Amino acid sequence: MADTDYHFVRDSLIAEKSPPASTVGFVGWVRSNFFSSAIDIVLSLIFLYFGIRLVLLLFEWGVTSAVFIGSSREDCLDTSGACWAYIFAKFKLLIYGFYPVELRWRVDITGAVGLVMIIALALIYSYGTKFLKQHFTSLFIIFVFVVYPIFAFILLHGGSFGFVKVETEYWGGLLVTLVIAYIGIFASMPIGVVLALGRRSEKVLVRLVSIIFIEFWRGVPLITVLFMASNMLQYFLPKDVEFDKLLRVLIGVMLFSAAYIAEVVRGGLQAIPKGQYEASQSLGMNFFKMMVFIIMPQALKLVIPGIVNSFIALFKDTTLVLIVGLYDFLGMIQSTFSDPKWSVPQQSITAYAFAAIVYWMFCYSMSRYSMYLEEKLDTTGR
Amino acid sequence: MVKNSASNLIEIDNLNKWFGKFHVLRDINLNVKKGEIIVIAGPSGSGKSTLIRCINRLEVFQSGRLTVDGVDLVDDVKKIELIRKEVGMVFQHFNLFPHLTVLENCTLAPIWVRKMPVAEANDVAMSLLERVKIPEQANKYPGQLSGGQQQRVAIARALCMQPTIMLFDEPTSALDPEMIKEVLEVMVDLAQSGMTMMCVTHEMGFARQVGNSVVFMDQGQIIEQNSPEEFFNNPVHERTKLFLSQILH
Repeated sequence: MADTDYHFVRDSLIAEKSPPASTVGFVGWVRSNFFSSAIDIVLSLIFLYFGIRLVLLLFEWGVTSAVFIGSSREDCLDTSGACWAYIFAKFKLLIYGFYPVELRWRVDITGAVGLVMIIALALIYSYGTKFLKQHFTSLFIIFVFVVYPIFAFILLHGGSFGFVKVETEYWGGLLVTLVIAYIGIFASMPIGVVLALGRRSEKVLVRLVSIIFIEFWRGVPLITVLFMASNMLQYFLPKDVEFDKLLRVLIGVMLFSAAYIAEVVRGGLQAIPKGQYEASQSLGMNFFKMMVFIIMPQALKLVIPGIVNSFIALFKDTTLVLIVGLYDFLGMIQSTFSDPKWSVPQQSITAYAFAAIVYWMFCYSMSRYSMYLEEKLDTTGR
Repeated sequence: MVKNSASNLIEIDNLNKWFGKFHVLRDINLNVKKGEIIVIAGPSGSGKSTLIRCINRLEVFQSGRLTVDGVDLVDDVKKIELIRKEVGMVFQHFNLFPHLTVLENCTLAPIWVRKMPVAEANDVAMSLLERVKIPEQANKYPGQLSGGQQQRVAIARALCMQPTIMLFDEPTSALDPEMIKEVLEVMVDLAQSGMTMMCVTHEMGFARQVGNSVVFMDQGQIIEQNSPEEFFNNPVHERTKLFLSQILH
């Protein structure tokens, strides 16, 4: 047997080569994702078949055999497709509820300002320079949490600055849905953060109060909260004190949502290594600075999916206000069913399909934006 | 009681600490003069990290006295923050802030704790990043740097607060062999510039090169303290001899 020769010295380094053509690009992607094995091919074909069938079916119902133009039930009687004409006829009602027609511009302006604000926020965080981000963050926080709600209240509710008062019982439709969602989302955030910190506090009393608060609101169904807010609260208050029903519901939704946010944020706080606290402390930061600059930015970034998940759930849960007599978007849709002028077989299915599309658009935008933010804020260098 | 001279920057007097019922630090007496480099060695679990973490109150001790630059370390938030401003710390696992760039890591505390103007903080940070030889990484995130680079940023970050004392808690223990040297070079440079330093480390070469005194700890107590030459050449205590025979090959 010959002696094994272990001697090896590389005389030239191997140059970089490109991977085989069949494994990269579109062809490579399709091949490896859909046709990589026999089972893969069968599954792909089955999904393709049913996918096309489903799309065609929906297209036929929603477009080719649907009625888009019409003024009464007669136009929709003979169709097996959607009766969009009915949605168009009721569209304004679904958006504004019973808000006085001549004052609806106030709702439009509030909505437009809100939209501009959210788009500007998104754009600055996506494309803004570091300078912009640093200097506008606190400004935007003030705007989102303080200025805009006050502005919206003055304009929507009226009763000051020469605006005619519009009681909240006339509010309805998408307006009510968005008001509840906005307050539920933005007001619950700071309360949730404080509760999360409270639950991790070293002070027993603070911790106890936070735990009791969180566990109470988490353990009670939202329907119960809404009932209590709209009916029971009155028993605990003096006879002549009367709170607006919408306001009571808003407070209930806000506290309910805050308890969930608190638990999500607490999860994020637990994921921050002890070293981050120690490094902040060793640099002389006090508790507040440590939280604002070091801990919260990291913890909140980690729980973006959880927070947005809570917000999406909350957005859809706003439909429950129907049972305490508030007409949100879905409530408004249901109320139009009683109109004999549009009573056709396709009425409810078209209406619910429309509701589904609208809710889905809002929820999906939130979901996409959260995924985008996650990517944007990722600094792990991967 | 030991009478301390005024030139002592750190005075530790009969310090005792327990974790629950476990007695981790026992009757520690140690003085550090301005400009001194103290190296603390010892087996793991001997309390050496706990001791230096007591100096900036990352750990609380139950009895004894500790003064830093004349300020008594007591249970007073203002005094603790005052001391922390004067004492820089470098950790084994760097503990950089991953959501901030290297430059922001260095300037955050000077701006918000020391109330330094932003432009000045940036200048200070850049000159210190140059001193640790990584000014070109200033706008990267910590996750994009190697371990050795991260630790050098951590040193620069601590120095940006312009501390009078630097504490090092096993600064090279989490590094690849190739990176230990670049961190040690920075530490040697710092020592030679006159900084007062307390280093928990297993780098005996560092202790020989710049150390004024080596403190050997075991089971929560100081076993032996001496100048580096005496410590390495003529260890007295049996435990010291055993320790040295195991780490020096």
